[in-house]
Amino acid sequence: MTTQETRTSIVWDYAPAPESRDHVRLRDSYGLFVDGEFRDPLDGTRVPTLNPATEEPVAEVAFAGPADLRRAVEAARRAQPAWAALSGLERGKYLFRIARLIQERARELAIVESMDGGKPVRESRDVDVPLAAAHFFYYAGWADKLAYGVGGRQVEPLGVAAQIVPWNFPLLMAAWKLAPALACGNTSVLKPAETTPLTALLLAEVIQEAELPPGVVSIVPGDGAAGAALVREPDIDKVAFTGSTGVGKDIQAALAGRGVSLTLELGGKSANIVFEDAALDQAVEGIVNGIFFNQGHVCCAGSRLLIQESVADTVIGKLWERMGRLRVGDPLDKNTDVGAINSREQLDRIRSLVSAGEEEGAVRRSIACELPERGWWFAPTVFTEVAPAHRIAVEEIFGPVVSVLTFRTQAEAIEKANNSTYGLAAGIWTDKGAKAFEVASQLQAGVVWQNTYNHFDPTAAFGGYKESGFGREGGPAGLRPYLRVR
Amino acid sequence: MSRLAVPKTYKLFVGGAFVRSESGRYDRHDERNVPRASRKDVRDAVAAARKAAGPWAGRTAYNRGQILYRAAEALESRAADFAVERGEIESAIDVLVHYAGWTDKLAAVLGGVNPVAAPFLSFSLPEPTGVVGVVSPDEPELLGLVAELAPALAAGNTVVAVLSEAAPLGGLDLGEVLGVSDLPGGVVNLLSGRRAELVAALAAHPGVNAVVDASGDRALTATIDELAAESVTRVRHAAPTPSYAAAVADALSRLEAVTELKTAWHPIGA
Repeated sequence: MTTQETRTSIVWDYAPAPESRDHVRLRDSYGLFVDGEFRDPLDGTRVPTLNPATEEPVAEVAFAGPADLRRAVEAARRAQPAWAALSGLERGKYLFRIARLIQERARELAIVESMDGGKPVRESRDVDVPLAAAHFFYYAGWADKLAYGVGGRQVEPLGVAAQIVPWNFPLLMAAWKLAPALACGNTSVLKPAETTPLTALLLAEVIQEAELPPGVVSIVPGDGAAGAALVREPDIDKVAFTGSTGVGKDIQAALAGRGVSLTLELGGKSANIVFEDAALDQAVEGIVNGIFFNQGHVCCAGSRLLIQESVADTVIGKLWERMGRLRVGDPLDKNTDVGAINSREQLDRIRSLVSAGEEEGAVRRSIACELPERGWWFAPTVFTEVAPAHRIAVEEIFGPVVSVLTFRTQAEAIEKANNSTYGLAAGIWTDKGAKAFEVASQLQAGVVWQNTYNHFDPTAAFGGYKESGFGREGGPAGLRPYLRVR
Repeated sequence: MSRLAVPKTYKLFVGGAFVRSESGRYDRHDERNVPRASRKDVRDAVAAARKAAGPWAGRTAYNRGQILYRAAEALESRAADFAVERGEIESAIDVLVHYAGWTDKLAAVLGGVNPVAAPFLSFSLPEPTGVVGVVSPDEPELLGLVAELAPALAAGNTVVAVLSEAAPLGGLDLGEVLGVSDLPGGVVNLLSGRRAELVAALAAHPGVNAVVDASGDRALTATIDELAAESVTRVRHAAPTPSYAAAVADALSRLEAVTELKTAWHPIGA
């Protein structure tokens, strides 16, 4: 590290405000949710799932082996014709039930999400869980209106979907995957991420409570090998994957020649562009939200900050001051802004890329904050003097690290923003309407936010250009990956 | 007195120009010499298509529609020059007319305003994916090509097409029609040669955003998918299009396969 500044701004002391864990009903051990029941694994294992803030086990979870995956796919196949034959209204009513039950168990789900994944409870409570419920609610209403969503054409479900979700928004990504698949009459085998299986298993309880027919959804935790095995199962019709571009490419190749429908939501190195005519204080809040939300474990994180030269020093100064007020620590504390890094493996990856940034000559500043002794943590970090070819300007760090580049003209901003193999998202900070529309239209990104960032809604399609993947989730476009259109 | 005929020299259509293969290779079809394009020709064609992509996408939908309609007019007037059945040419013309009308309807059908639960005007609009690689079938050689070209162009993409290996003349003749239509150079690029060789170079090219494989050649399916995975290229496999009706029945699926959906969020109020 070339610079380590002490915090000079006013320090606001907060008393600890831990979220109560009284009403969390976690079992000691979870089986695989297959064909409507929690079951012992046939050939899987049982592993502890760790709290990244303490490195202590939260619960023990069954990981699926090949025979378990096969059993889940067979159950999904058996259940699919009857599920598809239900009237759209009835399918929708099951999804409405799930939405309601998620809302009823919202606080519990939020706490478990933060315990298992390390994200601040403020985020899991205000973003992850409400949005998960909203996605089920939204797609529930589509189930009896599918033809309207695809230009009035005749539709039928694809069949059995294998759905693989990442560890950064475990419950929310499960909702993004399941809700449209089920609304369209497909059945699903969902694999949660290795490090964050718990809220998916609580969702399995919700699904049981909603009396969804057995086999319509199976939830099979496991590691990357389980995911690789699942997409190679012969009797699947659809794969939906959210995760890294590397794994996405492997899946696309694994499906070669099989005729299995595929959608991929992959990585990003999204540009957050601050123009000189922006409301700078508002922009700084947006920069912070863009990169430090969920510790930067966000595929669309605004990890490349492009600032117009005339205001670069001002914005960087304000950003650094604002970063100094970020509260890093206990995810279950309601005042925490930045929680724990999801896993040791991810922490190592962040450290390695940050070292590369320093070695390549960028200037690193990390805030001085006390980090807990146990657990995995990384202090919010900003890199300046970044060249476009530096690894930290090109590769996805997936951590609380922002790389600052500058530009002089609008054309240069667009050119730099588009100079990436990725194309997931972008931010624009300006108060000039016509300019915002023009820049938005020229950015190669699936989502463009003006004067906001990391804003999601079930009615608005989300997904990438270029190597950030293909297919959309959310909105009517989110139905199409799960329908065969005649 | 018998007059000595002037035979046509068939050439590739790349960047708006008629060129021989840089390799100098050729094959024989119907007693004609036909260029056998190389991997380098594929790269040149992709470069031409990339260069043309921004300006073509940047034209108004109305303008693109008129240009596609103009291509239909040009094909109608040159129908007698083609060595394919009249019915197939007429179907190809009608497919161009159908997709000419899609250019300024697509956004209304695939996109819309998103009623988000926050004070933003959020909307999703389709945009062209960029450069589309088209793999043409042997039969019908002209309609099978046009049925893939037309939706890709209507959606605002530029195209590099690998023509039928067995019957490339219809596609090469089409190039001569398009060359004198209003299509800007590089928007359509047509390559004749060995399908397996050209398709491999096309599917693996990082400058190709989507591949539409309408060859019906099962032997190529897995290869295309594997090469496409190297840069997350979008792939659509489809059977050769036998008729006008088939070309338009699934129009929205054809258009969707070569578009991206962009969601924009603009603030309402301060």
